[in-house]
Amino acid sequence: MSLSSADVKRVAHLARIEVSDAEAEATLAKLSGILGMIEQMQAVDTSGITPMSHAQDLVQRLREDVVTETNQRELFQSIAPLIGNGSTEPATENGLYLVPKVIE
Amino acid sequence: MAFNNTKWEVVIGLETHTQLKTKSKIFSGASIAFGAEPNTQACVVSIALPGVLPVLNKEAVHCAVKLGLAINAQIAPRSVFARKNYFYPDLPKGYQISQFELPVVGMGELTIQVGGEEKTIRITRAHLEEDAGKSLHGDFHGMTGIDLNRAGTPLLEIVSEPDMRSAAEAVAYAKKLHELVQWIDICDGNMQEGSFRCDVNVSVRPKGSDKLGTRREIKNLNSFKFMQQAIEYETQWQIETLEDGGTIHQATVLFNPDTGETRAMRSKEEANDYRYFPDPDLLPLEITSAFIEQVRATMPELPHAIQAKFEQTYGLAAYDATALTSSRAIADYFVATCTAFGGEAKLAANWVMGSIAAKLNEENKAIAESPVSPELLAGLLKRIADNTISGKIAKEIFEAMWAGEGSADSIIDKKGLKQISDSGAIEAIVEQVLVANAAMVAEVKAGKEKAFNGLVGQVMKASKGKANPAQVNEVLKNKLGI
Repeated sequence: MSLSSADVKRVAHLARIEVSDAEAEATLAKLSGILGMIEQMQAVDTSGITPMSHAQDLVQRLREDVVTETNQRELFQSIAPLIGNGSTEPATENGLYLVPKVIE
Repeated sequence: MAFNNTKWEVVIGLETHTQLKTKSKIFSGASIAFGAEPNTQACVVSIALPGVLPVLNKEAVHCAVKLGLAINAQIAPRSVFARKNYFYPDLPKGYQISQFELPVVGMGELTIQVGGEEKTIRITRAHLEEDAGKSLHGDFHGMTGIDLNRAGTPLLEIVSEPDMRSAAEAVAYAKKLHELVQWIDICDGNMQEGSFRCDVNVSVRPKGSDKLGTRREIKNLNSFKFMQQAIEYETQWQIETLEDGGTIHQATVLFNPDTGETRAMRSKEEANDYRYFPDPDLLPLEITSAFIEQVRATMPELPHAIQAKFEQTYGLAAYDATALTSSRAIADYFVATCTAFGGEAKLAANWVMGSIAAKLNEENKAIAESPVSPELLAGLLKRIADNTISGKIAKEIFEAMWAGEGSADSIIDKKGLKQISDSGAIEAIVEQVLVANAAMVAEVKAGKEKAFNGLVGQVMKASKGKANPAQVNEVLKNKLGI
């Protein structure tokens, strides 16, 4: 499977990572190397083997349904990211976190 | 706007998000109680501080297994949580924990009734996932406010096969599912608060075709009325578009209740690419048969089983049995009434579905809040059954009982409403009426049936509705020699 520079840019965009053309080229070479390795692994016959979904062969522990968390809003909001433009106030209002306007 | 088209067939599938009735979130110990101040129930996991880890809520799994058993589905002995990756401010992790390839509940089914016909709708799967937070687009200095109280609320997404062929079928399925999740007590069913939300996939195709058309998804319908309207509008729109030579593009649409129209959310939407992969923070979920048996032991008897019982034990028609099993509370109320009454179940059924339902509806009350308890209602039914009171008087007593004036017997005593079945007393009233209505008597003798009913009415009126109607008929006929 061959990867193009455009594929790298698309994956970067989906992950919201900004890459320059030069970085995309460099990343293309590295990712192609990894894909080559995967191709090699795919040559192994794995029919009849149940795929693992976790590196550890354990099962999920379950938690009892109990409310254990208390309200720590003030503490969390005291370190909320700051609004730009020189403001030193945490970006909160009426208990809400504030973010750049979301256009629906 | 009724949809009736001989050329086209509509194909509908539903995705339903049911909020599970747990106390805490699916992956943390924060409360999920509705209506709290913003972000007061948003713990470190809800706001996704670095380094925090999810721990799965046992009760959420319990709820999923309950649904699986109720729809006769395969419960996966091993299922996997996956990350669904997308960026949105009310999803601070940058991914939603959901299930993708291996959901907890596999193929099941739900039977619906539409127009007297039964139809089985297949349910593809049901998977556990977390809800996102809420974005508030008010005026916050040109910014958007984020409340993460809802983030991490446990959801069970129930996905149907595209088995429905009309808006009526889709609504019947949604209602049935809505009844079922409340019946098995995994969801409070509150649609206004978003505890039960439906996304509806609609496509049309020429009748007889077995290829699916391109679907559009109507998002976030929170009432059955809107669902019906939205599907009818969307169906009509798709048919008209195709008949005008246009093509349908896959899209997400919103329903506007004010205009009754559906509209695509964005003209050009970037194809979603969620890059699902197993969440390394969560191990596979193993559900043992012992766990399933433990859940099965807590399951209430299901609506269809109770329905069958009502038909057999009480001799009710399928329609009545279905109506009386629309919720556990109604079914319990009916059974309690029958037990206390001991008479004909059909009479009890009529009152529960008639006067009781009408009053509850009028006052927007649940049956548990009915001021007339099953015991009180049974007391009234006994007096109807033994002819102490007529049907008309029964309605009057019912109103008094609803207003809290006591039992049927005490109201009958207090108001002197006992039916007059003493033939001497009835004859006396009839004679008075005959004397006072000579013209009517003449008409009856001339063969006018209407006039006879008029006389019956006069006698009932003279007795203040208390005379036994059957006896009045008999005495009148005797006196008139007909």
